[in-house]
Amino acid sequence: MKEIDYLAPSSLGEAYAALSNGKTSAFLAGGTDIIVQLREGRKQVDQLIDVKHIPELISYAWTGDGGLEIGASVPFAEIYEDDEIVRRLPAVIDCATLVGGIQIQSRACFGGNIGNSGPAADTVPALIALGATLTLGSADGTRDLPLEDFFTGPGQNVLGPGELIIKVNIPPQPANSGSFFHRFIPRNEMDIAVVNVGARIDLDAGGERIEGARISVGAVAPTPLYVAAAGDALAGETPTEDTFARAADIAAEAATPITDMRGSIAQRVHLTRVLTYRALNRALERAREA
Amino acid sequence: MPRRAHVQTTLNGEEIDFLCEPRQSLLEVLRDELNLTGTKEGCNNGNCGACSVLMDGRVVNSCCVLGVEAEGAAVTTIEGVAEGETLHPLQQCFLEEAALQCGVCTPGFIVAAKALLDSEPDADEGRVRHWLAGNLCRCTGYDKIVRAVLKASEMEEVTA
Repeated sequence: MKEIDYLAPSSLGEAYAALSNGKTSAFLAGGTDIIVQLREGRKQVDQLIDVKHIPELISYAWTGDGGLEIGASVPFAEIYEDDEIVRRLPAVIDCATLVGGIQIQSRACFGGNIGNSGPAADTVPALIALGATLTLGSADGTRDLPLEDFFTGPGQNVLGPGELIIKVNIPPQPANSGSFFHRFIPRNEMDIAVVNVGARIDLDAGGERIEGARISVGAVAPTPLYVAAAGDALAGETPTEDTFARAADIAAEAATPITDMRGSIAQRVHLTRVLTYRALNRALERAREA
Repeated sequence: MPRRAHVQTTLNGEEIDFLCEPRQSLLEVLRDELNLTGTKEGCNNGNCGACSVLMDGRVVNSCCVLGVEAEGAAVTTIEGVAEGETLHPLQQCFLEEAALQCGVCTPGFIVAAKALLDSEPDADEGRVRHWLAGNLCRCTGYDKIVRAVLKASEMEEVTA
């Protein structure tokens, strides 16, 4: 690795000051992506800003109305070891337990996975399905935006030069709602998604009819996709093989994947259909248990 | 000469301090500055687990941690696993079950398995295999390693 400065601000104000000191910066949270990128010369910056000493970024809390706010640097292991999150937001656990292996999960975090902005980022489809927003901060203040609006291309996002991700906000989920995250890889663990899908189904009070649904697909486009049309097609329908298959077809039509070492275009389109269909069924099961 | 940072940490139970460049990984600091060469470099990119160490009780890849990030942390390496001359049950069981051939992955496996048995002494085979998915071994085919970990989990010293 080339020579680099290391800063460990202990407040947001110190972090914003570090971002505006005239040097090029990268954030250091779990380090599982950035340290490798710097070592291999895929990225070069003057300074690393360690964001694991900023209180807002290393804590998480339930909001009064039942939402969950997760600081950008909280490691996945800390999240999936929390029994209340396991019980109330299982789709968060689905993705957090799938990123890398145990060593990675000890360090890696939602802010890093999102900020790295890989098209196959495993936490993103689950969070989009849950309706998550991001809070970004800079010296000028904070702004919130839907997670699906954050990404602009592979490794690219809307984060400004003086800005950082403070937290991920998962809104309170509807009463009869269930969510599921599904990933296809050729191994059981330790691989990057060929395709991954997050799905949420909201049932009406009687549990018979779908009030709404959210479907997100990763690794099939330059950015993770929020396929609103696939969810909208389910609104007002009863959950059947046919309605789920139609939503899965819409998701597959939205996929514009590439062929690479992990899979071909045809395989990825097929997987989008299959994983969406299965994720909807598992989300439905969870909605019925809710 | 690049500026070196002064880092205070607890290493294998002992409070120490060291100097390192910010760009040095914890792995490089352990091996090159502190002469603790039990921790191995495999892939150096977070895939193989050969450089596993415990940091505040969690198993991490020391190639993906900077030495400066060890400030204030408690780090345990393979050198801190045995009690003096007495091997840890995991080490004893790796020997008894012949759970190694070339040995490069072994310190990482033992440290990672220790983290599991410290928190889940009753882990079953599926759990052991899942937990060790981030540790690669190109020699044994894994069965002997899994058997050794399960055997260690049954020994009183671990479950007590």
